[in-house]
Amino acid sequence: MKTTEKLIQRYCAAERINHWIVAVCFVLLAISGLAFFYPAFFWLTGVFGTPQLARIVHPFVGVVMVLAFARQFFRYAHHNLINKEDVKWMMSVKEVMKGNEVGDIGRYNGGQKGMFWVMVLCMILLLVSGVIAWRPYFAGYFPIPVIRIALLVHAASALVLIASIIVHVYAALWVQGTIRAMVEGVVTHAWARKHHPRWFRQVTGKEAGHS
Amino acid sequence: MALQSLDILRRSASPTPTPQARNPQEVAKLIDTTVCIGCKACQVACSEWNELRAEVGSCVGVYDNPTDLSSQAWTVMRFNEVEEKGKLEWLIRKDGCMHCSDPGCLKACPSPGAIVQYKNGIVDFHQENCIGCGYCISGCPFNVPRLSPADSKAYKCNLCSDRVAVGQEPACVKTCPTGAIQFGSKEDMIEVAATRITDLQSRGYDQAGLYDPAGVGGTHVMYVLHHADKPALYSGLPDNPSISAVVGVWKGMLKPLATLGVAAAGLFGFFHYITVGPNRADDEEEADHGTPPLPPAKGTKTKERENAL
Repeated sequence: MKTTEKLIQRYCAAERINHWIVAVCFVLLAISGLAFFYPAFFWLTGVFGTPQLARIVHPFVGVVMVLAFARQFFRYAHHNLINKEDVKWMMSVKEVMKGNEVGDIGRYNGGQKGMFWVMVLCMILLLVSGVIAWRPYFAGYFPIPVIRIALLVHAASALVLIASIIVHVYAALWVQGTIRAMVEGVVTHAWARKHHPRWFRQVTGKEAGHS
Repeated sequence: MALQSLDILRRSASPTPTPQARNPQEVAKLIDTTVCIGCKACQVACSEWNELRAEVGSCVGVYDNPTDLSSQAWTVMRFNEVEEKGKLEWLIRKDGCMHCSDPGCLKACPSPGAIVQYKNGIVDFHQENCIGCGYCISGCPFNVPRLSPADSKAYKCNLCSDRVAVGQEPACVKTCPTGAIQFGSKEDMIEVAATRITDLQSRGYDQAGLYDPAGVGGTHVMYVLHHADKPALYSGLPDNPSISAVVGVWKGMLKPLATLGVAAAGLFGFFHYITVGPNRADDEEEADHGTPPLPPAKGTKTKERENAL
């Protein structure tokens, strides 16, 4: 048993709370959204008490998610600018999937950055289309053909987001020690050295990974 | 309300067959715009029978009153003045649900049983199942359903399904003083219309015809129009109505596509984990400490399984 683990703080408490607000909202929205999209999943509206309540609650939860995500956007956007290392990472994603690290990765790798921007795009599309389709408050202000497009965009971007979140969650499970970063806020030195060497050097001030 | 005597052909958001052993005749309401005098008796009869009371509005300079359909006004007369062949014509159309054979509202509705299409052709909203999303409004090619501000449920003409179920004609038909609205089997109504159209054509209305648009599979409310070539003259009656392609993609192709995408993401993760295994970072550190019993154990396990197979 190790008694003294060497740890690095990756996410502070505020960041973790922020993340889990978005996550809980997402789950609620996915449950109700899938219920409205697939007749076979309509029973999931029961999670909210009644189908009517699910329909009423869905957009309000959506607004909370977008607001909380907006806070995350301003926290992380500057960490997610894509550079040459990320392109290299994306090109060799096959190698990465085998568990071999590629490139001198900073705080986030190419996959995480790509995921970030996919989420940003989906959130914007969901917000705009969601407001347009929101009855009884806003839909009445838009022409029906516009609402039709909004409904299609809303469903399509929601499904892209759901598939992306599955990848996001799986990546966190697969790369062991990652969940801890969003639960306890910390990662081990070994984790940081292996998956984010450049970030590891930056936060520890150490040059080059030891062995 | 569900009417036991009317079998259901289609039910919103319900993938399995509906009860439809009985074979009733397809019905239709025929509205002859050339005979209509715009008296609005049908509006009153509708409001009487269905116990609807639209708020008293104000005159906006035309005869239209109420000016639009609402949850309290399931049918309204629309008046339009046009000049055809140098003559002023006052075209009056009783607007309301067309009871499409291929109803866009039903296709768009996400709530099981909130919209049904009876086998006789009537499209009915069962408000107790309505969730107030308004998708039916987006699905309808005729802009007919209206959400009630009081209860957030969608309403529209139900062709007096309760009356029809017991062998009566809709209230508007019963009350029409000029016989401009008739009701019967769709077959009969097409025949009645044909006679009427021949008459109109012989009297100078060359383009007189029946409005029973094929784009929505035909309707169970049909119009005899003097200008069947220009339905839009009748306060924006659509020329070629059909369910919007956008709604078609949303309620059609997107579903299997989405299922594939989401399932692929999930299955990929599952198979990746059980084949490649987790990505651990503590290997080197444990190697430093010199006691990593995990990798060999994993190896032997795999071998055992292979032997077992």
